[in-house]
Amino acid sequence: MTTPILSARDVRKSYGRGSNRFDALKGVSLDIHEGESVAIIGRSGSGKSTLMHVLALLDTPTDGTVELAGADTGTLRGASLNRTRNTTFGFVFQQFFLTPNASVLENVVLPLKIAGVGRRERRRRGLAVLEQLELADKARNAAVNLSGGQKQRSVIARALVNDPRIIFADEPTGNLDTATGAVVEDLLFGLHREQGITLIVVTHDEELAARCDRRIHIRDGRIVDDEAVAA
Amino acid sequence: MKALDLVGSAIGNTFRSKTRTILTILAIFVGAFTLTITNGLGTGINRYIDDTVAAIGAEDVMTVTKIAENATDAGDGPREYDPDAVAGAPVPGPPGSTSIVAPIGGSQLDELAAVDGVQRVQPVKSIDADYVVAGDGTRYVIDVGAFVNGMRLQLAAGEQPDAAASGYQVVIPDSYVDALGFDAADAAIGETVAIAVTDGDGVQHELEAEVVGVSEASLGTTDSVVPNDAYTDALFAAQSTGLDPADQDSFTQATVWYDPAATPEAVTALQDRLTEAGYDSTTVEEQLGSFKAVIDGIVLVLNAFAVIALLAASFGIVNTLLMSVQERTREIGLMKAMGMGSGRVFGLFSLEAVFIGFLGSAIGALVGVVVGTAVSSALSGALLANLPGLTLIAFDPVSIAVIILVVMGVAFLAGTLPAARAARQDPVESLRYE
Repeated sequence: MTTPILSARDVRKSYGRGSNRFDALKGVSLDIHEGESVAIIGRSGSGKSTLMHVLALLDTPTDGTVELAGADTGTLRGASLNRTRNTTFGFVFQQFFLTPNASVLENVVLPLKIAGVGRRERRRRGLAVLEQLELADKARNAAVNLSGGQKQRSVIARALVNDPRIIFADEPTGNLDTATGAVVEDLLFGLHREQGITLIVVTHDEELAARCDRRIHIRDGRIVDDEAVAA
Repeated sequence: MKALDLVGSAIGNTFRSKTRTILTILAIFVGAFTLTITNGLGTGINRYIDDTVAAIGAEDVMTVTKIAENATDAGDGPREYDPDAVAGAPVPGPPGSTSIVAPIGGSQLDELAAVDGVQRVQPVKSIDADYVVAGDGTRYVIDVGAFVNGMRLQLAAGEQPDAAASGYQVVIPDSYVDALGFDAADAAIGETVAIAVTDGDGVQHELEAEVVGVSEASLGTTDSVVPNDAYTDALFAAQSTGLDPADQDSFTQATVWYDPAATPEAVTALQDRLTEAGYDSTTVEEQLGSFKAVIDGIVLVLNAFAVIALLAASFGIVNTLLMSVQERTREIGLMKAMGMGSGRVFGLFSLEAVFIGFLGSAIGALVGVVVGTAVSSALSGALLANLPGLTLIAFDPVSIAVIILVVMGVAFLAGTLPAARAARQDPVESLRYE
């Protein structure tokens, strides 16, 4: 068996102290292999977002370990942690988080800018990924002038531009109508199938979850069900 | 993120909220503008004083008088009359005060020349002119000034008198040009004027000289003619005709040259040695030092007001950036999630502050220079027409660069608080922020 790309062992996360203490995660263990598509499903407050943040190394668990390709991430600090996040993960958020007045291209190449890639190379890769997502004609437009679907495609372009191994998508279709949402879903699963990118989707949308290889149900900070669908 | 990209992003972010940025820049502008003007005032006046210093005497020169043996310690009761003492140059104080000095003769000159650090000694030949006249025109009373090699008179026309020339040369003051019958300062150059002195026997001698320059009135020089060495010697000789030879060789003052490269400490040491030898000495610096101290004091106070304005503006920067950080919470969170380090986030926001400071100060300094120059040239034609050569507000590129850098430094300090707040942000918290 290959080493899982992400592996969580008895991860706990709590906020606050004493009587105000709130346990968001109460001992979660899971392995995610390269090329899988995984849905993390639960109601709001179930701890699914916290689990995603811990897996994406945005948050450190109170207890337990997270391994990335077999290496303990608890030892990563500062610059090496930042570099790992920058090169390994892509993020797609429900609220897009695009800088409104900057152009689509500028928004898309932000991860490359942070990584310190030169201007010319940034532009080349940014345009290439926009081409791939059929947004090349919008490259110069301000992000604020895009439709919802175009915004989410820009966000996916931004997640893809740095050739990540894992894409985290937090309610990627939550702000979109059904038709546009379906287009974005097709896009994400297409990338997953064709480029073998590991996809981790956080959602409470059962239909979206149904398209994933594997569904992990979270309730009150625990995994209650982990069903793999025979592909 | 590369440093260049960081700077580019910071500059780009500055213009995201234009109204707010412009208002902040305006606040800094006021401070920088004031600072530029007050500094220009200091530079202008001090530069004028420096020019004046050159007109009063050469830099490497001091005026020396011999202290009369009984002239010191006024506390010792009534002073005994000394028939040899001569009334010297006026001393600072109420009109009419003179210091009683001992005469300087040949032996004293040798004694001075022997003092360590003295390069050359020359007696000051003071000439008491009766009148100056051009051709057969009206005779006018005039003072005769001394020209020391190394001095630079402030001239309206012509050139400095030539110390080495054997011909008689003279520089006349601007205010005598009309009276002597010349059309303009330029027209006087090359013309001949005569100065008359009376000797010990009461006989008047008139000596002619060529006008080589016309001097402007300034702080240090009064309305006096300045002859060259040859002419001074001739006038002095004429004035001394019929005097006892012992009296001829007796002067109230001598001029001492020292090493132009001497440090202020070395000059002080030389003055101490001269005091020990029984001589009083005054450098040109000392004559004008107090002027400069007053001007510097005034400029300092004015600068303090400008700094207060800048301080107020720096709170504007803090406010602007705090709002900016608040607005961009999610963006900061996203950048941190994508692997941007806290140091870079801090750099991004403090660079933005520095850039705002740069814009405000650069525009303020530029407008200050333009307005200052305009005001200065308007004033020198009207209110300050009596002080030719004075540029009230002058600008020195170095001090303007210093102002801009200082304002940028202040802006950086103001930006540290918001920048630190941005850098501390937790990406998870920021992304959750709705």
